[in-house]
Amino acid sequence: MEYFLQQLINGLTLGSIYGLIAIGYTMVYGIIGMINFAHGDIFMVGAFISLIVFLILMSIGVTFIPLALLIVLVVAMVVTSAYGWTVERLAYRPLRSSFRLAPLITAIGMSIFLENYVQIAQGARVKPLQPVITGGYTIMQGNGFTVQLSNIQIIIMVLTVALMAVFSWIIARTPLGRAQRACEQDRLMAGLLGVNVDRTISLTFVIGAALAAVAGLMFLLYYGVIDFYIGFVAGIKAFTAAVLGGIGSLPGAMLGGLIIGLIETFWSAYFTIEYKDVAAFSMLAIVLIFLPSGLLGKPEVEKV
Amino acid sequence: MTDAILKVEHMTMRFGGLVAIDDLSFDARRGEITALIGPNGAGKTTVFNCITGFYKPTAGMLTMTHEDGSTFLLERMDDFRITRHARVARTFQNIRLFGGMTVLENLLVAQHNKLMLASKFTIGAILGIGGYRGHEKEAVELARFWLDKAGLTARADDPAADLPYGDQRKLEIARAMCTGPKLLCLDEPAAGLNPKESDDLNKMLLGIRDEQGISILLIEHDMNVVMGISDHIVVIDYGKKISDGDPAFIRSDPKVIAAYLGVDESEAGELAS
Amino acid sequence: MTETAARPNRFAAALKEALMAALLAFVLASFMLGVRTVDAPGGLSYHYRPGLLAAAVAFVFFGRLFLRLVWWKDERSTPKLYSTLTEGMAKFTSGWGRFLAPAVIIGAFVLPFVASRYVLDTSILILTYILLGWGLNVVVGLAGLLDLGYVAFYAVGAYAYALLSTHFGLSFWAVLPLAGLMAATWGMILGFPVLRLRGDYLAIVTLAFGEIIRVVLLNWYTVTKGPDGISGIPRPTFFGLQFKRFGEHTFHQFFGIEYSSMHRIIFLYMIILLLALLTSYVTNRLRRLPVGRAWEALREDEIACRALGINTTNTKLTAFAIGAFFGGLGGSFFATRQGFISPESFTFIESAIILAIVVLGGMGSQIGVAIAAIVMIGGFEVFREAAQYRMLIFGLLMVIIMVWKPRGLVSGRMPTIFLGSERKQVSGDLVKEGEG
Repeated sequence: MEYFLQQLINGLTLGSIYGLIAIGYTMVYGIIGMINFAHGDIFMVGAFISLIVFLILMSIGVTFIPLALLIVLVVAMVVTSAYGWTVERLAYRPLRSSFRLAPLITAIGMSIFLENYVQIAQGARVKPLQPVITGGYTIMQGNGFTVQLSNIQIIIMVLTVALMAVFSWIIARTPLGRAQRACEQDRLMAGLLGVNVDRTISLTFVIGAALAAVAGLMFLLYYGVIDFYIGFVAGIKAFTAAVLGGIGSLPGAMLGGLIIGLIETFWSAYFTIEYKDVAAFSMLAIVLIFLPSGLLGKPEVEKV
Repeated sequence: MTDAILKVEHMTMRFGGLVAIDDLSFDARRGEITALIGPNGAGKTTVFNCITGFYKPTAGMLTMTHEDGSTFLLERMDDFRITRHARVARTFQNIRLFGGMTVLENLLVAQHNKLMLASKFTIGAILGIGGYRGHEKEAVELARFWLDKAGLTARADDPAADLPYGDQRKLEIARAMCTGPKLLCLDEPAAGLNPKESDDLNKMLLGIRDEQGISILLIEHDMNVVMGISDHIVVIDYGKKISDGDPAFIRSDPKVIAAYLGVDESEAGELAS
Repeated sequence: MTETAARPNRFAAALKEALMAALLAFVLASFMLGVRTVDAPGGLSYHYRPGLLAAAVAFVFFGRLFLRLVWWKDERSTPKLYSTLTEGMAKFTSGWGRFLAPAVIIGAFVLPFVASRYVLDTSILILTYILLGWGLNVVVGLAGLLDLGYVAFYAVGAYAYALLSTHFGLSFWAVLPLAGLMAATWGMILGFPVLRLRGDYLAIVTLAFGEIIRVVLLNWYTVTKGPDGISGIPRPTFFGLQFKRFGEHTFHQFFGIEYSSMHRIIFLYMIILLLALLTSYVTNRLRRLPVGRAWEALREDEIACRALGINTTNTKLTAFAIGAFFGGLGGSFFATRQGFISPESFTFIESAIILAIVVLGGMGSQIGVAIAAIVMIGGFEVFREAAQYRMLIFGLLMVIIMVWKPRGLVSGRMPTIFLGSERKQVSGDLVKEGEG
């Protein structure tokens, strides 16, 4: 029971990170119907920017951790957003309303490019960071096993819930959200009605990248080590999460992220750690076979 | 010649809470042209989608009977099996041609099942046994026959998407005919055609009925086509049948006029008289 | 008149644009290029690289200015060089096109006897990718099904040969068809549950499948030796003759010629060339058969296919199986050529490269795929010196080619049958790409 609870906490933490990345996938997919393969690498860039900014702050004497984290968060979100915007502008916008596979290939190209760009710029070795946020609470003790909820886990989950709330509100209530939903429904018509389609799509990429930067920072703080390759695995998992939850659906992305995080954690805890990815991917295949549009996706009525 | 080739009995189709088709029953008679008409949103295309297996009706029975007496319960069959075994072919309201393939290729794809057998499921044809070439030649001849009927022979090697709209409609009918159907379901074949093209279409459909002996079920808004060639008309509104009879009867049925003009039945009665 | 008036304006606009781009570059590069993290005792440390940052910003500024003022002379017109080039190509292919393919094939057969070892090695690599590209082309280009896990079948073929030869001593030629069939079987097993998924759902499930296969290969130590891989995979033999300096039944002894290590390379080259030509032949043959036409019809409109009585699931399955079959052949060849395989060789990036070759080449076009493989893989080899940068350039090249020609290098479609005598192509703009 204690062991189970501990795994549940760990799983939810991991799931939160996946969920935040998955939102970027799901929003982009919703609005322009493409898999933004480079999104995982945007997440990785976010983690690197966070790391670098944090190092700089530490060495110039900003040692008050909450302030440092706030600055890191803001800077990482801004710079990573610039990456998201640039990728969209260079690799996707010229191919808008083109062949469906063309942007997928440029996305893969961008992903390869970003990975190697970071590798060249910062080196291939893993980058460690000493624990920044320490401490935590002991929730339960028994059977020689302690259930711990660390502060960093609390921060990750709270921040995730808060961001989810904010972005759900943006989508549901603001003009930007309305424009986004209009573009999702019918891009051409939205344009004719005066929605600035290019800007809306750019903003979607910016928001997705900003969330990925948050996820990158949290990943960095939680695991304390990053390298240029983390984007690929996390990206695939997050995309899996988005599809699992029903692509295009914001709560679905979050739910999918949590499920993937939980499956991975529990599988590692109770079975073998080697096959955790197999478990997550098999789950995806099984869900899609029975629910072809994911858990919370709108069932697609075939238009004949 | 008045036995039913297709019997629709108590068919109901629900999408969530919406009842698109409500306890609909009608017959399409063998060797006749049956028209299914009704105002926009009456559920006509849904009826077609149920008949051709793209939707599974929530309730009801759809029976297809061939001349030899064999029957097929369409509501239990997969869409492609309905075409293959029950021999029901259809066209679409928004034309669905294989645009990047040539006109001739479109007509050969329609003969897929026949040719697949002839090619011994590909293996024979790859190894060059089984005389696939002869079968392909026959298929091309059938395609040529329908190309002539549709007046498209000169454009056989052009991509289907390059054809003008009216020709695309005709090609879609020709393609459906190449599957060798016993019942041809046409979803608004005259939509977007000019009067001349619409006249040509009438001739083509009458030819299909009289020369090939194929029964036709069609959805149409163009009353020139409906009244000109139908032997029998079924009118539906809000998923329910409101009238059923020959063109003369339908033309004077107050319920039909009411449905089309959106007025009460009593008023419509006055209008009709 | 108007031109001179417009010039200062144009320059000012270009300058403004370049400044904006430089500003963006500054933001992008600030931390990533401007700062370098380095390992230090007790954690990470860093140092600034202002020179690199300045260089990057300057590069973007002048690059943008150059593009605006020199390259795109008029607003968004295609460079003249390119249009003359394509016109020339079109003229050439319409006149001499039918001699092109035979000429290239003859050239390909002559090549090993004149080329150096390095060129030959590269050619073998390129031909392997051409084979894989043509195989995947069946799935993606003809049937319009997006498969992001093609490398799985490549891996199945490679491990099938490696295991069967090292454990049971089966020869390459015996295993080759077997490996293809095994890959095809896997294709069916995977395809059956997932092929009713559409579009990107199919893409992600195939990707997941590719990853699953890799993870299993990595962890099933008793059979696959995990990350250590399988070594000592036997080389192919020429009717039982081995390509060794010493030993019995060797190639050079039998033919009474002097031993040369080139013999084996030439032999490998010939094998892959023949395998690729076989793939091309079979695919072209299939295209003209009902099953091939059904694939293309499926790509064009799946619903119409169903209305014509075509069993779309079976049709998709055959496309998947045939594509997987060729992937399996490629995998076996890879194993015998390398003599060593490990899961490292079967990562997602391989799938991505093969898919990129298919899409860049022009979906459905065999010549296009071949050209794309030569450009991408050959280009990759050219940059061997700059090992560190070549993946970077590779990724960039994918983006640039795709933005430049979204429909791929060769986008027309040749119909499979003609009623008349004139053979004309279908313009690529009319051909659909499928939703599966």
